[in-house]
Amino acid sequence: MGVIASLPEAVTELVRDGATVALEGFTHLIPVAAGHEIIRQGRRDLTLVRMTPDIVYDQMIGAGCARKLVFSWAGNPGVGSLHRFRDAVQRGWPAPLEIEEHSHAGMANRYVAGASGLPFAVLRGYVGTDLPAHTATIKPITCPFTGEVLTAVPALNPDVGIVHAQRADRAGNVQLWGITGVHKEVVLASHRSLVTVEEVVDELDPRPGAVILPSWAVTYVAEVPGGAHPSYAMGYSERDNDYYQAWDAISRDREAFTAWLEEHVRSRVPAP
Amino acid sequence: MAGGARAEPGTGAMTTWTADEMMTVAAARALRDGARCFVGIGRPSTAANLARRTHAPNLVLIYESGTIGAKPATLPLSIGDGVLADTADAVVPVPEIFNYWLQPGRIDVGFLGAAQIDRYGNINTTVIGDHYGDPTVRLPGAGGAPEIAASCREVIVIVKHSPRAFVERVDFVTSVGYGSGPGDRARLGLTGRGPVLVITDLGVLEPDPRTAELTLTHVHPGVDPARAVGATGWPLAVAPSLGVTPEPGPAELAALRLLERQD
Repeated sequence: MGVIASLPEAVTELVRDGATVALEGFTHLIPVAAGHEIIRQGRRDLTLVRMTPDIVYDQMIGAGCARKLVFSWAGNPGVGSLHRFRDAVQRGWPAPLEIEEHSHAGMANRYVAGASGLPFAVLRGYVGTDLPAHTATIKPITCPFTGEVLTAVPALNPDVGIVHAQRADRAGNVQLWGITGVHKEVVLASHRSLVTVEEVVDELDPRPGAVILPSWAVTYVAEVPGGAHPSYAMGYSERDNDYYQAWDAISRDREAFTAWLEEHVRSRVPAP
Repeated sequence: MAGGARAEPGTGAMTTWTADEMMTVAAARALRDGARCFVGIGRPSTAANLARRTHAPNLVLIYESGTIGAKPATLPLSIGDGVLADTADAVVPVPEIFNYWLQPGRIDVGFLGAAQIDRYGNINTTVIGDHYGDPTVRLPGAGGAPEIAASCREVIVIVKHSPRAFVERVDFVTSVGYGSGPGDRARLGLTGRGPVLVITDLGVLEPDPRTAELTLTHVHPGVDPARAVGATGWPLAVAPSLGVTPEPGPAELAALRLLERQD
């Protein structure tokens, strides 16, 4: 019910070892601080779900939080590969990583089905590619009206959905705008949810194109200014492109990564 | 980044340019004014933004982050930089960009890159190696590409020419070109035409209308066709009427260099 809590409290309450967790954000409003809190709390065996796993998932995978990744594009946008993800898939470091691989259209539709209370979604997709041979969650389906063969993908209903947003009011109603990605879908598809916000305000004034998540559709709200960095929150911050470029070198080397993780995540205590 | 040949400068009457610049300019020229173009990040985005600044001011740039009609003043690093949302005609949710805009065939041109491409224009951005579960190189994966390749009315691919990239058969079909030959797209129910141009740093390949096999139809100025053949992992057919790409003009180069300087 949109309970306003601290980030550590909300993560402790929601994210358990072995859970299926989706931290979403399509370049914008990525809940990076929440991912760091999951690392600090030492969660293990998570199934991480995300369309575009980028730096924060690279960090969580390298920190040993993940057992499985469900995704459609795992890279450092505009820079290159995710080296911790690659190390886990190619060499099993720090632990083997099972993967379930889709396309963006498939993943987006899986969230839509999850948010809609449907068991699966239908799309024109994957046909002729090698993905169906390797991903069990892609199947052909025949249209009962036309006989046309299309593709079905099962709903995604994560245990926990986590996103960042610009603002919430004191009742826990959430407002976000700009590139809204699959924010609404992942919150509605997940059994429980956490939205970190730039600020909690007395009143949400209308914004063009804004998405509102009513308090009763969200489990926890935590005020975490800058909680999307190095991603951004339109109206509050700019994307820190230098950080994305710097990550390439830091993440290439296991020791450099481990030192970075200790200094920038594990030894940091978030504000209560 | 995959290592390619060192850029070979060309020398025109007015100016000099690199093979990379020639590739980007050739890709930009392939976009007609007013077209609706689904743009991937990196070189496709650079080329599309160059086209909008030169001959195609009304080009509609669509990024998979949901920004439709973006008019960025500087090159974005990602498909979701704030400058895209700030300047777009519309910003729509991600399920909508794929379901409402791409899937029904509303987008004219899809612009894709590739780690590997084969003689029938199939693209791999998933894994290098013979075993999906134990890859030699794990690549980022599909993203929006399979459905872009399926549903855009036509596809343009930009990729640097090398035997590692141009292979007889891709290790993994991430996005379908012409499958295993003529008729495959229709048989698979893919609505778009497929890859109509593959633009490299050496020239341009187009599918042979009869066999659907990628064929060298143009070389860039100063490039010996034998080099393109040598940089291709299958016996590359060369069109009998092989053309030469016009070299980059001063206005094109000035606009490109201004764009890249702002990056």
